[in-house]
Amino acid sequence: MTDSTQENQEPEVKSKYDELPDAPPKKKIKLSWVGKTGVTIVVFWLVMCLIGPTIAPFHEADIIAYDSFMPIFTETEGEGMHWLGTDYLERDIMSRIIWGARTTIGIAVVATLLAYLFGVTLGIAAAVAGGWTDMALSRVNDAILSLPTIMLGLLIVVALGASIPVLIGTATVIYASSVFRIARALGQDIMVMDFVEAARARGEGLWWVITREVLPNAAMPLATDFGLRLVFVVLFIASMSFLGLGIQPPAADWGSMVRQNLEGLGYGSYAAVWPALAIATFTISINLIVDDISAKEGGSLAKKMI
Amino acid sequence: MQRMVINRILIGIATLWVVSVLVFVGTAVLPGDVAEIVLGQAATPESLAAYRAERGLDQPLAFQYMDWLGGMMTGDLGTSKAGGASIASLISGRLGNTMFLAAVVAIIAVPLSVALGLLAAMHPGTWIDRVLTFGTLSLISVPEFFIATFMVLILAVQLHWLPAIAHVSPEDDWLKQLRGLAMPMIVLIIVVAAQMIRMTRAGILNVMNSPYIEMAILKGVPRTRIILRHAFYNAIGPIVNVIALNLAYLVSGVVIVETIFAYPGLAKLMIDGVQTRDLPLVQACGMIFCGTYVVLIILADVAAILSNPRLRNPK
Repeated sequence: MTDSTQENQEPEVKSKYDELPDAPPKKKIKLSWVGKTGVTIVVFWLVMCLIGPTIAPFHEADIIAYDSFMPIFTETEGEGMHWLGTDYLERDIMSRIIWGARTTIGIAVVATLLAYLFGVTLGIAAAVAGGWTDMALSRVNDAILSLPTIMLGLLIVVALGASIPVLIGTATVIYASSVFRIARALGQDIMVMDFVEAARARGEGLWWVITREVLPNAAMPLATDFGLRLVFVVLFIASMSFLGLGIQPPAADWGSMVRQNLEGLGYGSYAAVWPALAIATFTISINLIVDDISAKEGGSLAKKMI
Repeated sequence: MQRMVINRILIGIATLWVVSVLVFVGTAVLPGDVAEIVLGQAATPESLAAYRAERGLDQPLAFQYMDWLGGMMTGDLGTSKAGGASIASLISGRLGNTMFLAAVVAIIAVPLSVALGLLAAMHPGTWIDRVLTFGTLSLISVPEFFIATFMVLILAVQLHWLPAIAHVSPEDDWLKQLRGLAMPMIVLIIVVAAQMIRMTRAGILNVMNSPYIEMAILKGVPRTRIILRHAFYNAIGPIVNVIALNLAYLVSGVVIVETIFAYPGLAKLMIDGVQTRDLPLVQACGMIFCGTYVVLIILADVAAILSNPRLRNPK
């Protein structure tokens, strides 16, 4: 993926250079309506993360209703409207979904950022240092990458027990390894470029080269990848919670909400569907945005002629 | 070429070894002593020492590891913490169920997704392609349990076509067994096929960018013929790679699906083991799953080497 984005940028760079020899090519990202819808939904959930608990009608752990698995739009006396009904423990589902946004997305964002911090640092370090450092880091990384993520998660949780720090740590280790791979490949590509050689010849230090040349040039591909990685982390955390090995009750999180309310499906309750839809809207939206951005960078003969 | 293949297999074996160390050490650093957990309130210093001596827990960690690894290789997987049943007997019944499920899913999903991927690649930009790309993108963006929940909602709750729980017992006739299996099968097929369709399409379209295809287009060769005669053969390598990768992906899919439908497979056994913190059981199941995964990844790599003439005949 990274290779193709780099190749595709070249013609654009050339055409802009024809007009303005000195100006660096500016990339404007224009999204189609699909991408804009995606951005709207993602922003909506991010806002929910920030202000959710203050606008939610009920607390996530409040057992408020008179009955479990009440249908949508049920109004109870003295409590108000339950827009999405109640769950198996007689809690308001809409409030729990709003609270859960902070837990699910918050943990996923923290884990992804940590994965990027470690992955990029070690990946660039491996690319710049080369030799034994590169060898050792890459081998360990390959071993982690060669395991199914959910298995790795299960093994770590059985050893350390299920808690939020363990969950974040597990997701960080697993996804830092794929970030490492990308960052190392990008770093290696950039380190052999002429402008890096020029900078080294000028006498710039290694640190200067890394911060001024390597990182800015690796930023765009890494940023596109961040979206995809965030989706994987959300799915991983939701799956672990779904298995009962992630976020522990009474904290609301979308994955465990689906599992807890699964039995309600048998009584005709849709309680399990809403949190599942919440995950789906968030992850699909991110993927639509990423897809939209990478589609703009393409444009091949096969697509035009066939 | 042989050297590359052998190299890849050796790396695979090394990976498996690292995995075994990770699995063993990872589960051995568990806070608390196994003997204390098992004996619980009844623990006296003498009974603890006796238990440790019996299980070899008083030996250094390296010896315990060698002992465990030797047991794994000879099929002696130890005894489960819960109930003390032999793990080999617990696993043998479940392993068959999981393999059967995975095999049926693979047999249906692979031809289906290669065909649909080809269809999408043959008509890029048309409504067929748009429906397939949007549909598969949505499906790979949602967790497996989302698809499973909706399938239960539609097929079991609304339409009453299939049971919501995959309850299979050997006494049932095959029709009943098939009905019981249908739900996990459908969900897994959807999950795996979505990935494979996308990657098949991308593989073909990637080949479509090569100069010889451009040549064929300029010569006026019909589009279907270009895809089936020129592009497909060159995309076989990547596609075989995709198939092996996705069969490996089944390993994770199976964990969720077996849990949702209470299918008596190996993954369900493992999850139950995780919840009761039954270490030996989780170690054994983890090794089987990770081993299968590593073997499939090696197969994918070898297939990629064998199908690429440039890798097959290195300069």
